[in-house]
Amino acid sequence: MEQNLLLTYLLFAPIVGSVLVLFFNKEQVKLVRWFGLIVSLIAFVISLIIYFMFDQANPQFQFVNKFLWISSINVSYHIGVDGISLLLVLLTTFLTPLTLLSTWKAIEKNVKMFTFSMLFLEAGMIGVFISLDIFLFYIFWEAMLIPMCFIIGIWGGERRIYASIKFFIYTMVGSLLMLVAIIWLAVYASNMTGSFTTNLLDLYKVGASIPNQIQGWMFGAFFLSFAIKIPLFPLHTWLPDAHVEAPTAGSVILAGVLLKMGTYGIVRYCLPLFPQSAVEFAPVISVLAVIGIIYGALVSMVQTDMKKLVAYSSVSHLGFVVLGTFAMTVESVQGAVIQMVNHGLSTGALFLLVGVVYERTHRRDIAYYGGIAKIVPFYSFALLFASLSSVGLPGLNGFVGEFLILLGSFKSQVLNNWWFTIFAATGVIFAAVYLLWMYQRVAFGVVKNHELADHLSDLNTREMIVLAPIFVLIVWIGIYPSTFLKLTEASTQLILQQVSTYTVNLLK
Amino acid sequence: MINYIYLTVLFPLAGFLINGIFGSKIKNEKIIGIIGSGSIGLAFVVTLSAFFETLGLPEENRSNVVELFTWLSVGGLDIKFAYLVDQLSLTMSLIVTGVGFLIHVYSIGYMHGDKSFWRFFAYLNLFIFAMMNLVLGDNFVVLFLGWEGVGLCSYLLIGFWYDRKFEKGTTAEAAKKAFVVNRIGDFGFLLGMFLIYYTFGSLNFKEVFTKAASFPISEATFGLIAIFLFIGAAGKSAQIPLFVWLPDAMAGPTPVSALIHAATMVTAGVYMVSRAAIIFASAPTVMMVVAIIGLLTAVMAASIGLVQNDIKKVLAYSTVSQLGYMFLAAGVGAFSASIFHVMTHAFFKALLFLGAGSVIHGMHEEQNIQKYGGLKKYMPKTYATFFVATLAIAGVPGLSGFFSKDEILWNAYANGGFILWLVGVVTAMMTAFYMFRLLSLTFYGEERFDHHHVHPHESPAVMTTPLIILAVLSLIGGYIGMPKIFVGENGNLFEHWLEPVYAPALEKLALYGSHSHFEEILLMVVSVVLALSAIYFALQVYTKKPQIAENTSKKFKGLYNLLLNKYFVDEVYEAAVVQPIQKGSEKVLWKFADSFVIDGIVNGAAKVVDVGSAFIRKIQNGIAQFYAVVMMLGIALVLLWVILSL
Repeated sequence: MEQNLLLTYLLFAPIVGSVLVLFFNKEQVKLVRWFGLIVSLIAFVISLIIYFMFDQANPQFQFVNKFLWISSINVSYHIGVDGISLLLVLLTTFLTPLTLLSTWKAIEKNVKMFTFSMLFLEAGMIGVFISLDIFLFYIFWEAMLIPMCFIIGIWGGERRIYASIKFFIYTMVGSLLMLVAIIWLAVYASNMTGSFTTNLLDLYKVGASIPNQIQGWMFGAFFLSFAIKIPLFPLHTWLPDAHVEAPTAGSVILAGVLLKMGTYGIVRYCLPLFPQSAVEFAPVISVLAVIGIIYGALVSMVQTDMKKLVAYSSVSHLGFVVLGTFAMTVESVQGAVIQMVNHGLSTGALFLLVGVVYERTHRRDIAYYGGIAKIVPFYSFALLFASLSSVGLPGLNGFVGEFLILLGSFKSQVLNNWWFTIFAATGVIFAAVYLLWMYQRVAFGVVKNHELADHLSDLNTREMIVLAPIFVLIVWIGIYPSTFLKLTEASTQLILQQVSTYTVNLLK
Repeated sequence: MINYIYLTVLFPLAGFLINGIFGSKIKNEKIIGIIGSGSIGLAFVVTLSAFFETLGLPEENRSNVVELFTWLSVGGLDIKFAYLVDQLSLTMSLIVTGVGFLIHVYSIGYMHGDKSFWRFFAYLNLFIFAMMNLVLGDNFVVLFLGWEGVGLCSYLLIGFWYDRKFEKGTTAEAAKKAFVVNRIGDFGFLLGMFLIYYTFGSLNFKEVFTKAASFPISEATFGLIAIFLFIGAAGKSAQIPLFVWLPDAMAGPTPVSALIHAATMVTAGVYMVSRAAIIFASAPTVMMVVAIIGLLTAVMAASIGLVQNDIKKVLAYSTVSQLGYMFLAAGVGAFSASIFHVMTHAFFKALLFLGAGSVIHGMHEEQNIQKYGGLKKYMPKTYATFFVATLAIAGVPGLSGFFSKDEILWNAYANGGFILWLVGVVTAMMTAFYMFRLLSLTFYGEERFDHHHVHPHESPAVMTTPLIILAVLSLIGGYIGMPKIFVGENGNLFEHWLEPVYAPALEKLALYGSHSHFEEILLMVVSVVLALSAIYFALQVYTKKPQIAENTSKKFKGLYNLLLNKYFVDEVYEAAVVQPIQKGSEKVLWKFADSFVIDGIVNGAAKVVDVGSAFIRKIQNGIAQFYAVVMMLGIALVLLWVILSL
C-alpha cells in the first residue's frame, strides 16, 4: 500500500536540520539562528498541512507509516497520529520556533550547539507523540533527555549541573521501570498471540487480558515514569530546580511540551493498555492530583523567585490534567487534553516574560521589582494577560480546560465522589492569589528600585513577535475552543470506549 | 432591535479596543471621552429600542434568545454563546447602559487631567462589555464569563491609581483583596453550576428552569444548588461573610465606586438569585437563609455606617446595607421588589457617589467629612442633587427609595414575619440617620476646612448634568412601582412587567396569606414616622448640637470603637485565615514538606547510592593478591557449605 510520508517528513525535518547545523561555522551565529528558525518553521508548516488533511471524524490513527526495522525482535518504525497526538504535535511545532526566536539575545554561548540541541529535542518530542511502536516510543522518550540535559547543564544558571543531573536521574529511574514493563508486555504478547510484538495497536488488544494483579504492576511501572515527568505530587521536586536553572528557552519547552509527555503517556498507554488497573487506581491517583493542585498553588504563593513561582504553579495546573484524565468522562478528558495545550501556552508565556526582565536585570526576586507598570507598560500588560490566562479567567483559554475538567470530574462515575471536585476547585481561588499577588508586587505600587528605570526597557519587536501568536491562541481557545475540541473528540471517545467496559464492570 | 441585542455588547467592546489600543496616541481627552461615553450611549439606545420592541409583543412572546455561536460543546455539554432578551435582562440592561452612560459622561470631567485618562475609559468600557454579558447571558456559563469579567474590571479599576497609598496599604492590595474574596464566591458559584449540570444535564437557563419546575427533584438537591449559588452571590454582592472587599474597593476613582461598586456590578448577585428564582423557590430553607443573611448584612453595615468619617466609606457601607435589603427581598420571595430596589438604588446611590465625587473634586481630594461643613453655598447643584438622593435613600415618601424599600419591608412582614420587618425598619432608621449625618456634616453647619488651602468650588457642567438627570430619576423613578393598595392589582407596572419571569417560582412558593390593607398602611406609616424622626434627630445633632454626638461616642466608647473599626472583621480574617494559610504554606509546606522531607528523601537516596558505591568501589582496588585472597575465601566458603549440607 502507498504510504503518505508526511508524518515522516515532519519527524525528520528537525533531525536533518539538527545534523546540518553541525556543518555551519561556529562564528556564523546569525546564520545558525536563522537556519534553526527556518527549519522549525518548516516543521510547523508540515504539521499544519497534516492538520488540514486530517479527518477529524475518524478516531483511528492517520498518516500511518510502518516499516519493519529490527526484524529479529519484530520492532517496526511505526508512526501515526490521532486527534490527541496531532494536537500535541501542533503545540510542539508551534512553540519551538517561538522559543528559538526568544533566545536570539539570551543565548550567546555556543549558539550552534544550542540550535542543534533544540532541533534534536523537537524531533524527540514529536517522536514521542507519534510513535505507535512502544519500543520506538521508548527510544524517543530517552533520546529527548539528552538535549534537555545539555540545555539545562550548559546554558543554565549557577546550580545547573545539580539541576540537570537531578532531572536526569529522576527521569531515568522511572524510565527503567517502564523499560522492564515494555519487555514484559512484549513477551506476554508473544505468549498470547504467538509472536513477539511491540506494536502498540496489537498490544492494545492483549493488554486488557493481563491478570489483574500483574496488570497493576505493569500499570504502576508505566505510571511512575509518566508521573515523574508530569510531575505529579510528590514526585515534583526536580521541577523547580530544573526550571530555575534552565535558560528561558529550556523552561518554555520544559513546561510547554515536555511535561505534557507524561500526561500524554497516561492517555495513550496507561488507560488503553491497562484499563482495569487504570480504573482501579483512579481514585488514589486523583487524590494525589488534587493534593498537587492545592499544594502546588500554596507553595507557589509563598515563593520569592518569580521563576520558581511559575514552576510550582505548573504542579498545580498539571494536577488538573491528571484529575481530568482519571475522572474518565468525555468532558473531563477533553478538558484535560485542551488543558495540556493551555498550560503550554500560559506557562510558556509566563516563563518567556520572566525571561524578558531577567535578561535585562539578571534578577528574578519579586522583591526587587515593584511599580514597573509605569516603566514598561506593554510588558506589564503582557504579564497581566498571561497571568489571567493562567488564573482561568473565562474568555481566555485556561477557563475552558479547568471548567471542563471540574465539570466532568464532578459527574465522574469512576471517582464517584464530589469531594475531588470540591477540593480541586479551591485551586481556582489560590491561582488568583498567587498570580495576582505576584503581579501586584511586581507591576503595581511605587517604583522601588530606581535603577530599574535605567535598566528596564519595554518589550522589543522581536519579543512581541514571540508573544503575539501565543496570545492570539489564548484568546482563540478561550472564545472558540471548538476548533481544538473537535480535533480531539473522536479520539477521546475511542479511548474512553476502550476503558468503559471495565468502568462498568467495576461499578457492578 | 431584539435580534441586534449583541450590539449592546459590541459597542462597549469596540470602545474598549479603540481607547485601549490607540488611547495613548490619541491623547485628546475630548475624543477619548466621546468614544468612551458614545459607545455606551449607543448601547443604551439599542437596549431602549429592544425594550420598546419587547413591550410591543404579547406577554407570552417577551422572552427571546439570540444565538451567536457554539462556545463549549463536549459530550452532552452544549454551551452556546447566546443572549436572552427578556423582561429581567432588559431591565438590568437599561440600568447598566443608562446609568453607565451618565457615569461615563461624568467621568470626562472627573478624570480630567489624569495621565491615564485613556486607560480609565478603556477599562470602564470593558466593564460595561462584561456586565452586559452577565445580564444578557442565556446560560450560566455566559453569565459566569461576565461575572468574572466584571470582577477583573473591578480589580483593574480599584487599582487604577496603582502607585497610590490607600489606608494602611496600597490601592493594589485593595484590588487584589476584592478579586480574591470574589473568587471565594466564584468557587461556590462553580460548584453550583456543576451540581446543576449533574442534576439537569444542562446549564441553559430555559432548560434548567423548566426542568426545575417540573422534575421530581429532592429539596436537598435544590437546597445545595441554591446554597452554592448564594455563596457566589454573597461574594459579588458583598454579603456576610464576604462583604469585606467592598469598603476597600473605595480605593478606586469615585466614578468607579458609583458605577461598579454601587449601581451595577455589586447587584449582580441579586440578579443571579432572581434569575434562578425557581431554584431558590424550591428550597424554602435556603430562602430563609438568604433573607436572614441579607437582613443581618443590612443592619450590620448600617451600624458601621453610623460612625464612619470618610465620605466614601459611609456610602460603601450604605451600599452593603442596601444590598442586604435586596437579598432580604429575594429571600422572602419578593424577587421583583429586589430588582426594583436594584433600580432605584442604582439611581440614588450612583447619584450619592457622583455627588461625593463632586465634593471630593471641589475639596482637593479631601474625603474626611469632619473636615467639610457648610458646602451648600459653594456647591449648590451638587448639594441640591445630593439632597434629593439622601431623601430617596432615607425613605421619604414620594421618592423612589421609599417605594422600593416599602415594598421590601411589607413583603418581609407578610412572608417572613414581624421580626424581619422590625429589623428592617431599624435598619431603615439607621440609614436615615447616617445619611443625614453625612448631609449635615458636609453641606450644613460651620465650615471646618482650612480656607487658606482649600477653596471649595462647584464642578463643571459635564459633571453636574448627570447629577441632575439622576436626581430626577431618584425623584420620580419609584412611580412605576407603586404599592398595589394604592393602584390596584395590575397598577404596579414594574412588578407586572417582571411577573412572567417569576411566575413559576411564585407558583411554587404560594405566598401571600391574607393581610388586611389596614395592616399594610399601618406598617407603612410606622416606618415613615420612624425614618422621619431619625432624620430630625440627625439634623438636630449634627447641625445644632454637635456636642451630643461627641458625648455619646465618649459614653459608649466600647461600642463606638467597635463600629468605627468595623467589628474588627478584617483583623479577625487576617489572623484566622490569611496568616495561617500564608505562614503554613511557607513554613510547613514549602520549607518543611517540600525542601526538607520530599527533597530530603530524594537527595538522601542519591547519597545512599553515593556512599554505598564508594564502599563497594574499595573492593575493586586492582591488587591481584587481594583478588586471589578473596577468591580463596570464596572457594573455602563454598566448600564449607557443601560439606555442611552433606
